[in-house]
Amino acid sequence: MNIVRSHVLIGMDASTIMAGARAVQQELVKEIKAKGLSGEVAVMETGSLGVTNMGVVLVVYPEGLYYANVTKEDVAELVEEQLLKGRLVKRLLYTQAPKRFIIKKERTGLMREQPRIVLKNCGIINPENIEEYIAEGGYEGALRAIGKMTPDEVIAEVKNSGLVGRGGAAFPTAMKWEFASKVPGPEKFIICNADEGEPGTFKDRLIMEGDPHKLIEGMIIAGYAFGATQGYIYIRGEYTLSIQRMEKAITDARAMNILGDKVFEKDFSFDLRVMKGGGAYVCGEETALIESLEGHRGHPRNKPPYPVVAGLWGKPTVVNNVETLANVGDIMRHGANWFRKYGTAKCPGTKVYTILGHVATPGLIETEMGTTLRDIIFEYGGGISEGKQFKGALVGGAAGAFVGPDLLDVQMDFVNLREYAAALGSGAILVMNEDTSMADMLKNVLHFFKHESCGHCVPCRLGTAQLVEVMDRIVDGSGGPDDVDRLLSIATVMKDASFCPLGQSLHMPISSCLKYFRDEIAGNQ
Amino acid sequence: MYREAALNKFEPEKRNILYILHELQDLNPQHYVAKEDIEAVADYLNVPYSFVHGVATFYTMFSLTPRGRHIIRLCDSPPCHLMGSTSTLDHIRNKLGIEVGQTTPDGAFTLELASCLGVCGIAPAIMINEEMFGKLTPERLDAILDERRNSI
Repeated sequence: MNIVRSHVLIGMDASTIMAGARAVQQELVKEIKAKGLSGEVAVMETGSLGVTNMGVVLVVYPEGLYYANVTKEDVAELVEEQLLKGRLVKRLLYTQAPKRFIIKKERTGLMREQPRIVLKNCGIINPENIEEYIAEGGYEGALRAIGKMTPDEVIAEVKNSGLVGRGGAAFPTAMKWEFASKVPGPEKFIICNADEGEPGTFKDRLIMEGDPHKLIEGMIIAGYAFGATQGYIYIRGEYTLSIQRMEKAITDARAMNILGDKVFEKDFSFDLRVMKGGGAYVCGEETALIESLEGHRGHPRNKPPYPVVAGLWGKPTVVNNVETLANVGDIMRHGANWFRKYGTAKCPGTKVYTILGHVATPGLIETEMGTTLRDIIFEYGGGISEGKQFKGALVGGAAGAFVGPDLLDVQMDFVNLREYAAALGSGAILVMNEDTSMADMLKNVLHFFKHESCGHCVPCRLGTAQLVEVMDRIVDGSGGPDDVDRLLSIATVMKDASFCPLGQSLHMPISSCLKYFRDEIAGNQ
Repeated sequence: MYREAALNKFEPEKRNILYILHELQDLNPQHYVAKEDIEAVADYLNVPYSFVHGVATFYTMFSLTPRGRHIIRLCDSPPCHLMGSTSTLDHIRNKLGIEVGQTTPDGAFTLELASCLGVCGIAPAIMINEEMFGKLTPERLDAILDERRNSI
């Protein structure tokens, strides 16, 4: 019997594959074989290792050493030195390895580390191997729910955990399930919204690429809780790897009787299907997404009736975000009280953020709800790049809010930020340094909305076009004295009169940007 | 006929329309949804031509005009914009001599703008066909485009 003394984990996500991860992997296997190490060193594929702009990244265990920017040409040296002789290859060593733990600040001011929830397995297990997920305790939550609890007990447990939707609107998850469970009818649906279109957000992609079974487990539990027998995962058409990995995971789960007729040999049947989107931001809105799933143009529907009453093909339907569902398995496995140990009283649990822009180490992190923006930027993001000063951040994607330095120390969760007229949204944090032109950034956001407005209702269709016209005037210096106020008045009309959240949400970036940077923007006109 | 084979991979249900359109566009030698494709889908799903046309024009991933061998989709959402996507765009326009929405005369490249590609960690980014390229500089772009032009 061979004893594997060393494991090389190679991160496979859209960005490392772009940098040539597949070629590096092949070369590694070849080189290890050539050196006669095949039985001793195992090369394994995993999801994102959390280092996003450093080329091909791999980790060598048991040492836990990170190597970044590895090319095919480096492989021979790496195998010879690190794996055969046990010496470091210093020029490729990456010492700013991402924090795989949640940093918890105790009241005493001391820091301690806690395991992650949503991203626990990402970059550790092979996402294409269901057995590795099960070995990490996967599907235990689903087994406990279906094997030992009634659907109502499952809903009660999730309700007690205080889980709210992570897609941006922060609606209590269990409440949606409860509504749907009370609507009579034999056919109900659960939809996972993986049409991640909010600029700066790619957390759902990395969850699906790195730990697809976590999403499947959450959907099984949700289906059991409110009586859905069929689920759909609506994934953006651009996310090729996510689609492949989810489809593989579904096939594997079916083979083990975790999906299909009589799940876990209990009296509950449930199956999943992946649906591929066509590229439309508005389809992130739940009723537009349902229209798209049915095979129509992605126009939003009138509410009420809400999807929990009449959704997909008129049947009761719950739409949940990927990150929300990825929390459910562990809540069922460890219980609501365990979940409440994380985060704040009003928003328990963790939040996955993407930190981008002018920070030293951009990437994906998971922290507790209630972590301050300062900790996120300076503890996790490594501070502002090139030693520059912090000017502002766009939090929550294009439909989010601009924030200035005075919000750096506010505890961030869905409820608390609302009091400051900001929003956590999807968890994208775009950091801007002192050299950034805020007028240019706001103009970019408005162009984005003009392009993505679906044209269904007049306030949004015309409003986004007018906003772009006014903003272009301001930026090129031909604007009038009223133009800044005009932005706000158009946005206010859109907020009141638009049909769906796309048009309504534009008020947030405009009003927040003017709150902090009005003088700078007015100075342009 | 390849169209028939492609259609038969899917049940004739409306909910499969996006999958079918993706499939037909991928198989089309000019990488677009042709009039004949729309007609075939309409017949297959038993819906009016206008319905299929409406769906195909709604989603940005479908093109109703012929495109080049390599479709460049440049992301100009806020994260890429902040990291310099405007100069990336200018560089590509100058190098290829085409504007957004146009195809080079040799049929090698089509330039399109895309909403967030979801790879913001490596901004500014572009997607060429199914492949992502990030952390773009003029030198890197030249290398990528030159290599692509020569490949089929």
